[in-house]
Amino acid sequence: METTGQEMLKAAEQAEYDHLVQKVMPKPPYVKHALAAFAVGGAICVIGQLFFNWMQSMGMTIQNANAMTAVIMIFLGALFTGLGLYDKLGTFAGAGSIVPITGFANVIVASAIEFKKEGYIFGVGAKIFSIAGPTLLFGFTAAVVVGLIKFLLIL
Amino acid sequence: MDYLMAFIIGGLLCVIGQLVMDFTSYKITPGHILVGYITAGTLLSGLGLYQYLVDWGGAGATIPLSGFGHSLAQGVLQGVDEKGFLGVFSGGVEAAAAGITAAIVFGYFAALSFNPRS
Repeated sequence: METTGQEMLKAAEQAEYDHLVQKVMPKPPYVKHALAAFAVGGAICVIGQLFFNWMQSMGMTIQNANAMTAVIMIFLGALFTGLGLYDKLGTFAGAGSIVPITGFANVIVASAIEFKKEGYIFGVGAKIFSIAGPTLLFGFTAAVVVGLIKFLLIL
Repeated sequence: MDYLMAFIIGGLLCVIGQLVMDFTSYKITPGHILVGYITAGTLLSGLGLYQYLVDWGGAGATIPLSGFGHSLAQGVLQGVDEKGFLGVFSGGVEAAAAGITAAIVFGYFAALSFNPRS
């Protein structure tokens, strides 16, 4: 009885604290953030379109041109993260640098690079999946769901 | 024209992610954004809706991570057509194989070649 009372008190204090934090924390500049995300995210997609058009002009199918463009953009995202430039862009662009596939490459490198001290196999090799893992897991699972539904529909 | 559409559609997809993070006081992290985009892209593509966005925005729809989900979904649909039940498991990754391998291998080499900056 006493412990639940204490827990309730604790929960009430926590709720009050959360409320206070909400009140004190400055509101993010929504419009400025949105414009930065739009400009940078849009620009990254234009670069992708450039590579896509180039690949298509070399006679690739749409599917292959898409895959090749993804490979190139991932390479660039990983390279610029390693050079320390992508994170500088990220502080300005926010989601504009996260949502494009270059951002996927960015989190892969960023989460792995800090763990070189723990070794190349179970340090870098494991941490490389700390965000890529969940992303691929949910992507694969969603794809299996889509495939299963299609399979059941055409049975 | 395709560059303008890529800019607009790609930019708008990023704005949605930014608004989600801003309005949740960053309880939604970049990791959540990536998971959300790939899942939403896969499901919307499975329903046949994401293709409209791709027809419209080109790379503006395929470069965001939702476009990666689109490849997964289109791959699995094609896989089921060609291989039946096996395609449910093989189709998605087959279509996205190049991107997944590139992300892991380039990511690994970048992490080995450079040192963390703080």
